[in-house]
Amino acid sequence: MMPDLGKYAEAVLSSYAVSLVLLVALVWLSVRRSKRIQKQLQDIEMKAKRNG
Amino acid sequence: MNLNALWAYANPKKFIQTTDKVLPWVSVLAVVSLIVGLVWGFFFTPDDYRQGSTVKIIYLHVPSALMAINVWLMMLVTSLIWIVRRHHVSALAARAAAPIGAVMTLIALATGAIWGQPMWGTWWAWDPRLTSFLILFLFYLGYMALWEAIDNDDTAADLTSILCLVGSVFALLSRYAVNFWNQGLHQGASLSLDKEENVADVFWYPLLVCIAGFVLLFIALVLLRTRTEIRARRMRALLARERMG
Repeated sequence: MMPDLGKYAEAVLSSYAVSLVLLVALVWLSVRRSKRIQKQLQDIEMKAKRNG
Repeated sequence: MNLNALWAYANPKKFIQTTDKVLPWVSVLAVVSLIVGLVWGFFFTPDDYRQGSTVKIIYLHVPSALMAINVWLMMLVTSLIWIVRRHHVSALAARAAAPIGAVMTLIALATGAIWGQPMWGTWWAWDPRLTSFLILFLFYLGYMALWEAIDNDDTAADLTSILCLVGSVFALLSRYAVNFWNQGLHQGASLSLDKEENVADVFWYPLLVCIAGFVLLFIALVLLRTRTEIRARRMRALLARERMG
């Protein structure tokens, strides 16, 4: 299944590793912040409603 | 299509309602095209006769470099909309796009360096395209730092929009550096409408899928992040109102 990358295996695999780590980190941080802000806003809106 | 209808999306509520429906589809399409493109490119394409297996780096390097430049151009358009029409969503979309552009630029720089080492015998050279990309990356960092440094959202949007206009020079230079200076280690564009200049079809089709995947990923992330920025702005406004009693 794994293609024979020959003498450039290290270069090819490290390119994929670095890129995928950066992309996954970007997605994860974006989703995490989105959830956190949404939750905080809901709390603040509810508090504001309670206080009239 | 009535172009004026587009301005409806400058309303934060309308933007969030619309993206509620669009975001899941774009996200799924992005993941599917990225997986198909990268698996096709990595496992099912041959080695290049000169570059060997390093040609597989093209499926990450070219799409990320394209996005690095085009994300800045998207930020330029949304910044101009902010300057001219004062729509908050457009300024927040530019803010939301910047970290994505920075990561794309970093991927382009990293994969370029890793690819350059075996092909050119060096990780880095002060070549016009490489240098302009590095400067573009620094502009992304400066842009994000400026947003964080200013408390007032409108002032931050004004100043970052001006910075975006200035940085656009480097975004364009990154794209055309090879043509302008015609020197350095970096080759000309890998993609061209001229079939003679383009990469061979066996690399071209998976590359197109990867580019589509990167574009869709950008759209999904920028929608998600813009929604977050809209909510964060509302949160700051509510907290400020609460403090004022």
